[in-house]
Amino acid sequence: MEIDTKGNMQTGFFTSRIDKMIGWARKYSIFQYPFVTACCGMEYMATACAHYDIDRFGAGLPRFSPRQADVLFVVGTISQKLAPVLVNVYEQMCAPKWVVAFGVCTCTGGFYDDYATVRGIDHIIPVDIYIPGCPPRPETVLQGLMLLQEKIQNQRQEV
Amino acid sequence: MFLNIGPAHPAMHGVIQIHAELDGEIVRKADIEIGYLHRAFEKHCETGTYSQCFPYTDRLNYASPLINNFGFAAAVEKLMGLEIPERCNYIRIIMSEISRITDHLTCIGASAMELGAFSVFLYAIKAREWLYELIESVTGARLTVSYARIGGVKADLPEGFEERCQATLQKTREVLKEVDQLLTRNRIFYDRMCGVGIISADDAVDYGITGPFLRSTGIEYDVRKAFPYFLYERFAFDIPIGEHGDNYDRYLVRMEEMYQSIRIIEQALDTIPQGPTNVDSEGNVIDPDLMADLGKFGKTSGLLKNEVLIQPTLQGSEKRYHDRVRAKSKEAWLPPKEQVYSNIEALMNHFKIVMLGHGIRPPKGEAYVAVEGANGELGFYIVSDGTDRPWRVRCHPPCFPIMAALGKILVGDQVADIVPTFGSVNMIAGELDR
Amino acid sequence: MEKSKTLEKIVGKFSEAVIDLHSQLGYDTVIIAKSALLEVARFLKQDPELQYNYLMDLTAVDYWKRTPRFEMVYHFLSLKNKYRVRVKVPVGGAEPEVDSLTSLWPAANWYEREVYDMFGIKFKGHPDLRRILMYPEFEGHPLRKDYPIQKRQPRVGPK
Ligand code: SF4
Repeated sequence: MEIDTKGNMQTGFFTSRIDKMIGWARKYSIFQYPFVTACCGMEYMATACAHYDIDRFGAGLPRFSPRQADVLFVVGTISQKLAPVLVNVYEQMCAPKWVVAFGVCTCTGGFYDDYATVRGIDHIIPVDIYIPGCPPRPETVLQGLMLLQEKIQNQRQEV
Repeated sequence: MFLNIGPAHPAMHGVIQIHAELDGEIVRKADIEIGYLHRAFEKHCETGTYSQCFPYTDRLNYASPLINNFGFAAAVEKLMGLEIPERCNYIRIIMSEISRITDHLTCIGASAMELGAFSVFLYAIKAREWLYELIESVTGARLTVSYARIGGVKADLPEGFEERCQATLQKTREVLKEVDQLLTRNRIFYDRMCGVGIISADDAVDYGITGPFLRSTGIEYDVRKAFPYFLYERFAFDIPIGEHGDNYDRYLVRMEEMYQSIRIIEQALDTIPQGPTNVDSEGNVIDPDLMADLGKFGKTSGLLKNEVLIQPTLQGSEKRYHDRVRAKSKEAWLPPKEQVYSNIEALMNHFKIVMLGHGIRPPKGEAYVAVEGANGELGFYIVSDGTDRPWRVRCHPPCFPIMAALGKILVGDQVADIVPTFGSVNMIAGELDR
Repeated sequence: MEKSKTLEKIVGKFSEAVIDLHSQLGYDTVIIAKSALLEVARFLKQDPELQYNYLMDLTAVDYWKRTPRFEMVYHFLSLKNKYRVRVKVPVGGAEPEVDSLTSLWPAANWYEREVYDMFGIKFKGHPDLRRILMYPEFEGHPLRKDYPIQKRQPRVGPK
């Protein structure tokens, strides 16, 4: 237990345990908001359904309202026209929130290097996990999800 | 009252916006806003070579990418006057029909899910997953396949494909039966679909609608029957038609089409001929193995129509032979990948066909080729100026006219009916906005 | 060259308006003058023998550096005869404009909006000519050959 000169506890034993516990609880109750636009949506469907069963990771229930979700899955190409909508959705989500860039279009724009497409959603919103692939295979998605869980577990939890 | 649905609305697939003018619960006017997934497909095609367009065509209708692939290939072949070998035709038919099933499964599953029937969605996707595995075993990818080549396909069917395909189709049939039992006579489903989203046959024609949407109104137009391409005329299949043009009929038409597709695949599997899958550099049919053997013995003169002069400086080949790649030449054939990686002749051949500045050069002219996509007539209009890049590629997307008519179809229905009607369109943003 | 019935009829009826015709690759094509477009289209649709009831596709091609610069391309289909025809109309000038077919086919509405959006060709008599794929603030017409593919424009809407 660390006590500083003023006698305050900083990240003491108790708080760090609490952090862990909250992280553990949070990582297994991911409520995702799928912002599905394009081809990656097909693989998103595949991941969410029986074969790959995203439910095993506690992320089985998509919430179709950004207010109730804590992980934003951006699935598919984001065009310049759609970008403001995405920002809007992101801003409506309550903290703590995480963003997953699903597919190479959301990571970098992919091979759509043109006037209509945003070159990676990190130009407009912060991203936590990048899942590459065009589209990523469901296995890759699950790995990305596990990495996200790790991140959630290990970060400082704000309550 | 005005109601704004989408684009970030789960039933709008993230890319459609409907401004509805309401009178109580009744829609009085609906204005559809599209374009949220415009990715400049046509512009990209103009900047690359003909072969480089294939990956973009995958992403047009991503629920049935193979049909798009073959449609584009067929258009370029038409432009060049290539006849593809028989076996290749059969492979294309088999793969197209598998794609059609995946597309319809996705459509029915998703629109049932939007009405609350989640298990149907799970079942449909389960079957789709089996078909994806089948597609993967042939093409190497699940979704973005790029399987077609100009003058052929990427590779022959793998070993044991026939048995696996038959087994999968059998399983798919059972799933279809389950879906049928869950939905067709389901009271809730029936009440929400029947008599909703009606379009008359005349309206459908005026709006240029094709595919299941048109057939549900009772008009029997299917490109596979009306203008047989590949070798569809050899197969026995029926075109299911509806009579009311409502959501329920569209659902029934789609269900029946899947059975018909299975029927076509089974016939094709039974009668598929042996033989080569690609055409050679002059448009003649050639066996991939033969090409490798000739190459190993140095007999490449007949295979590589262009001589290559290596300069002593090793700067590469001389410019001179560029002229020899004439617009009339029918060199389109890509050697099999295994050989590209293992012998120099095939590598050179490959290089000459895919590199910018070399490449396939269809003669000047234009061609419009239509294939029956999962949503209707999928047309490719290509204008060539004789160089290695298309001057203009236009894709006629089947759901574009349907979406144009949607504003009219929705009028008079309730707000809650927007979702099933929209679901029955099977809007695929990739091909809608391109 | 044997002329098909459609071509024969068009030539017979609109001989002054026809600029050229061919059946390259087995696809009947007529090139007609801009002024006759509406009449030819109406004739194709209403002639009891031809019955081209489908406006299957409507698009434009930009032949940059050629005058006239643009060419409208119409694909018609007759469901009864199972026959297709292509009608092309050269359009040029600084403000290219052509008659709208919306009065004959409602299908033309969105196609023409798309052509307007992508090529900047105006349609006389179109009820609602505005951009369809790009956002209203977008400047220029991306499918014109002089629009570079990577020329992005600032995103609009909430930041
Ligand atoms: S990453 Fe590939 S599959 Fe995913 S949306 Fe982009 S183009 Fe489509």
